[in-house]
Amino acid sequence: MSFIRPNIRHPQLKVNEIGYTRADYEGALSTLCAGCGHDSISASILQSCFELSIEPHKVAKMSGIGCSSKTPAYFLGKSHGFNSVHGRMPSVATGANLANRDLVYIGVSGDGDTASIGMGQFAHVVRRNLNMVYIVMNNGCYGLTKGQDSATADRGSASKKGVPNPFSSIDLCETAIQLGAGFVARSFSGDKEQLIPLIKAAISHRGFALIDVVSPCVTFNNTVKSTKSYDHVREHMNATGTFDFVPLKEEITTQYSPGETEEITLHDGSAVRLHKATENLDFSSRRSALNEIERFKEKGEILTGLLFLNPQTPDTHEMLGTTPTPLNKLTYEQLCPGNGTLKSINESFK
Amino acid sequence: MKPTDIENPEYFHKVVDCQYACPAHTPVPEYIRLIARGRYDDAYMINWESNVFPGVLGRTCDRPCEPACRRGRVDEEPVAICRLKRVAADNKADVKARMPAIPEQKNGKKIALIGGGPASLTVARDLAPLGYEIDLYDAQPKGGGFMRSQIPSFRLPETVLDEEVNYILDMGITTHFDHYVDSLKSITDKDYDAIFIGTGAPRGRDLKKLPGREEGDANIHVGIEWLANVAFEHTKSIGKKVLVLGGGNTAMDCCRTSKRIGGEDVRVVVRSPKADMKASPWEIEDAEHEDIPIYENHSPKEFVIKDGKLVGMNFELVEAKYDDNGKRSLEPTGEIVFMECDDVLMAIGQENAFPWIERDLGIEFGDWDMPVVDSTTFQSTNARVFFGGDAAFGPENVITAVAHGHQAAVSIDLHCNGQDINERLNPGVNLVTQKMGFHEWTYDNPVTDDDRFIVPLADKQQALSNRKMEVELGFDLQQAYDEAQRCLNCDVQTVFTANKCIECDACIDICPTDCINFIQNGEEDDLRSRLKAPADNKDQDLYVSTDLKTGRVMVKDENVCLHCGLCAERCPTTAWDMQKFLYTVTKAGKDKEAVAPCTK
Repeated sequence: MSFIRPNIRHPQLKVNEIGYTRADYEGALSTLCAGCGHDSISASILQSCFELSIEPHKVAKMSGIGCSSKTPAYFLGKSHGFNSVHGRMPSVATGANLANRDLVYIGVSGDGDTASIGMGQFAHVVRRNLNMVYIVMNNGCYGLTKGQDSATADRGSASKKGVPNPFSSIDLCETAIQLGAGFVARSFSGDKEQLIPLIKAAISHRGFALIDVVSPCVTFNNTVKSTKSYDHVREHMNATGTFDFVPLKEEITTQYSPGETEEITLHDGSAVRLHKATENLDFSSRRSALNEIERFKEKGEILTGLLFLNPQTPDTHEMLGTTPTPLNKLTYEQLCPGNGTLKSINESFK
Repeated sequence: MKPTDIENPEYFHKVVDCQYACPAHTPVPEYIRLIARGRYDDAYMINWESNVFPGVLGRTCDRPCEPACRRGRVDEEPVAICRLKRVAADNKADVKARMPAIPEQKNGKKIALIGGGPASLTVARDLAPLGYEIDLYDAQPKGGGFMRSQIPSFRLPETVLDEEVNYILDMGITTHFDHYVDSLKSITDKDYDAIFIGTGAPRGRDLKKLPGREEGDANIHVGIEWLANVAFEHTKSIGKKVLVLGGGNTAMDCCRTSKRIGGEDVRVVVRSPKADMKASPWEIEDAEHEDIPIYENHSPKEFVIKDGKLVGMNFELVEAKYDDNGKRSLEPTGEIVFMECDDVLMAIGQENAFPWIERDLGIEFGDWDMPVVDSTTFQSTNARVFFGGDAAFGPENVITAVAHGHQAAVSIDLHCNGQDINERLNPGVNLVTQKMGFHEWTYDNPVTDDDRFIVPLADKQQALSNRKMEVELGFDLQQAYDEAQRCLNCDVQTVFTANKCIECDACIDICPTDCINFIQNGEEDDLRSRLKAPADNKDQDLYVSTDLKTGRVMVKDENVCLHCGLCAERCPTTAWDMQKFLYTVTKAGKDKEAVAPCTK
C-alpha cells in the first residue's frame, strides 16, 4: 500500500537559473482520483514555476473549496498558500495582494467554486483586475459531491448518471473578456505543450489572467456523452495557434513571416509569440475574441489557446494608486507619521 | 522505433539487471522478498535451484549482480545482494527434505566428472535426480575444488562448504577422491556415456626467469599452491616478513592468510597502479582493514639471495602512461627499491593446463593450448566429452562455473538420450499481475531511503589470531530486513497496454524519476533526445508502445525506473499494471517433465 512517493529522483535532473531542480517545486502526493486532469494542471503549474526560475517563497497559492482547490497541496510545497472558503478565494487573494504586492498570486479554483457559489466574487475580481493568475480546473461537474452537473456543463452533455444537462452553461472566458480581464486563455489538461507556455505568460502578465482549463473528471464525467471527456475534448479541440513564451533574457532570433506570427510584449518585458492558426482572431480585440469563441462553439468545437491579451490594462494597485512598497513592509512610522504631520495635513485644508 | 515485444522473455529479463548480470540468472528480487518476509528456507531453495552453493556464494561470490543493480544508478550504492544470500543460507532450517529425490531405479546412463569443483558438482546436482549414475574424480581428499583449496576458511568456513558439497555428494555420487586423473584415455576407455571435465585453471603463474628464483625456491611459493597447502594443513606457518606479488583476489587471500599464520610485516606489491588492480574492491578493503599495505607501481626485478637464502626483493618503480586510446604501458623509471622479506607469495595469475589429456582422443585444442569448446553446449570436438568452469574458457569464478555446469548438464542429458544438443528449451517465464486492490500490491512498493548496510565484522585481533575464524559476521535479521527493503523489485514489471490508455498524463506526472513520456515516435537516438529526462544510458532499453489514439506512443526509459508502481496506481484504466516477471533458466530433464494440461 502506498500513499508515499519515493524520495529518489532522476539522477540527472536539470537545474534552473536559481539552482533548483523540478523536485524543489513539488508538493505532497495527490489524493485525487487516478487519472484526474487536475493533477496534470498541477504538474504544469509546477513546471512553469521551475522554468521561470521563480523562488518558491515568492509564490502564494490561493484556493477555495473543491477537488481543484485541494491541488495547491500537491505543488509548490515550499510556497505560501491559503485554502479559503468556498467561492471566496478572490476576496482572500485581494486582501493578500493588497498587503503584499510583491508575491506571485496563483489562484486555483474549479467550475463550482468559480461559476456557481463563487460567481459573484469571480466577476468582481476580474473587474478590479487584480494582479493574479486565476486557473479554473473545469470539469463540468461537482466531483467532490459525486458528480452533479455544474454551471459550466454544456447543455446536453451527460455525465456518468446519463441524464443530459438541461441548462445553459457559463463560459468563463467570455465572461472574463466582457468584464475587462487583460489575459484570457482556454486550455486542456491533456495538452501540456499548450498549457505550460500559457501559464508562464499568465504569470508574467500584470493584472488579472484567466486560464480556463478543461480538466476531465475521470470518475464522474469522462463518459461518451460528456463534452468534457478526454476523447471529446481531443476530438473537438481547436487551438488559436501555437504559442511560445519568450522570457525577458532570451534574445529573439527566429524570424517569422508577418501575418502568421504576432508578438506581444508583456509588462515585464517578456513576450508571447503566437503562430496563429486563424486569421479571424485579433488578440487585442474583445469583440474578435468573443466572435471566434462563439463561431467555434456553433460548430460544436472548443477553441483553445490564447483568446485575448491586453498587456496594458492597469491593475488594482495602479487603479487605487497604492504605494509601490508592499503594505506589509511599511513601518509604524511610515503609516503613523505623528501629530506634526497630521497637523500639517489639517492645515492644508484650511 | 518498433513497439517493444514484451512477449520476448529477454526484454523483461534485461530489466531485472541483477538477474540478467548473474551468469546463472538467479531470480534475485524474488529471493530478496522472501528474506524480507522471513522465509529463509524458500529463499535458500530458490538460490539452491539456480546457483547450487548459496552459502558459499553468499560469502565469496564475485557478485556481478551488484554493479548492475539499478539501485546503484539511482542511489549511492547497490543492494548488498551477495550478503543477503548469506542470510538465507545462515538462517534456513533443515532443508534436506526439500532436496530432489534420487531415483533408486537408475536410467542406465553413466557419466564421469573429472574435478570436484563447482562446475562438476552442478552437473551432478542436475543429473543425479534424473537417474544418472555418476562417478566423480578429484585429486584432493574432499570435494569442492578451488572453493576448498583457494578460499581461506576465514572467508568461507569449512562447515558451510561441507554442507553444500554434501547435499550433492549425498545424491548417490560415487566419489574417487585423492585420485589424480593423469590420463583422460583411462577414463574414455571406460563405458561412460559422457565425460565432464571441470578441472579448473590449476597452474599458478611463476616468475621463472627472475634472477634468484632457483636459489630462493625454498621461500618462494606459487600463491594458489600455497593456499591449498594451508587449507589442507600441509603448510602451517610462514616467515615474519612476507611479500605478496600480484593485485588479484588470490593475492588478497594470500596476504590475509599470511597474517594469520605468522606473517607480521605482510605487504602486497603490485606492478600496476592501485586503481588498476584486478581484485574486487571489497577484498582490497578487507585486506587494508587488516593493516596490509599495498605498494603500487613496483615491478619485480630480482629475488635477493644472501648465503643461499632469500633475504628480500628488488623492485623497479614504474610509471603508468596511457596513450590516446587509453591503452596503458608501464614505463620504468630506473629507480630501484629493495624490500626485505622471509617469504614471497606469487599470485600473479592462473593458467589452464591439460598435460593429462592425450591429444589423440578427438579433442581439438586451439589458441593457448585450450580445448575447442562450444560456448552454448560446452561440448568439445569429441561428442562424448564436455568442459565447464575455468577448464572451459580460462579463469572466471564460482558462479560462472555453476552456470556452465547447468548448461553442460542439459547437453549431457540430451546427448545421452540421443537428442540434438543444440535444440535447447526456452527459459521458463511467468508474468502475472501483482494487484491486490486499490493502492495495494503483493510486494512492498514504497522505496526506502536507507543507505547500504555494512556487514558487521569480528574483532580484528581475534580474527587475525585464528585462521579459521570467519571475519564477516553476516547481517542480523533486522539488518537483513532493512537491506532487503532497499531492493527495488525490478522483476515487478511495468506492463503497458496501449489500447486501454486514455492519455490522461497521470503516470507522467507521478513518476518520481521521469521515466514515462507520451511523444511522437522516431528513431531511437531521436527519441532519446526528446524524452523528459536525460536517457543516455544506451545499455538500458526504451519500452515503446504501439500507436495511441492521438498518434503518439508511450516511451518509457527503463534505466532509472524505481518499480514503485505509482504509474499503475495513478492509472485510471489499468493501462499500466505491475506484473511479476519470473525467468528461470531451463535445467536438464525439464523437457521430460509432465506438463499440466492447459485448462484455458
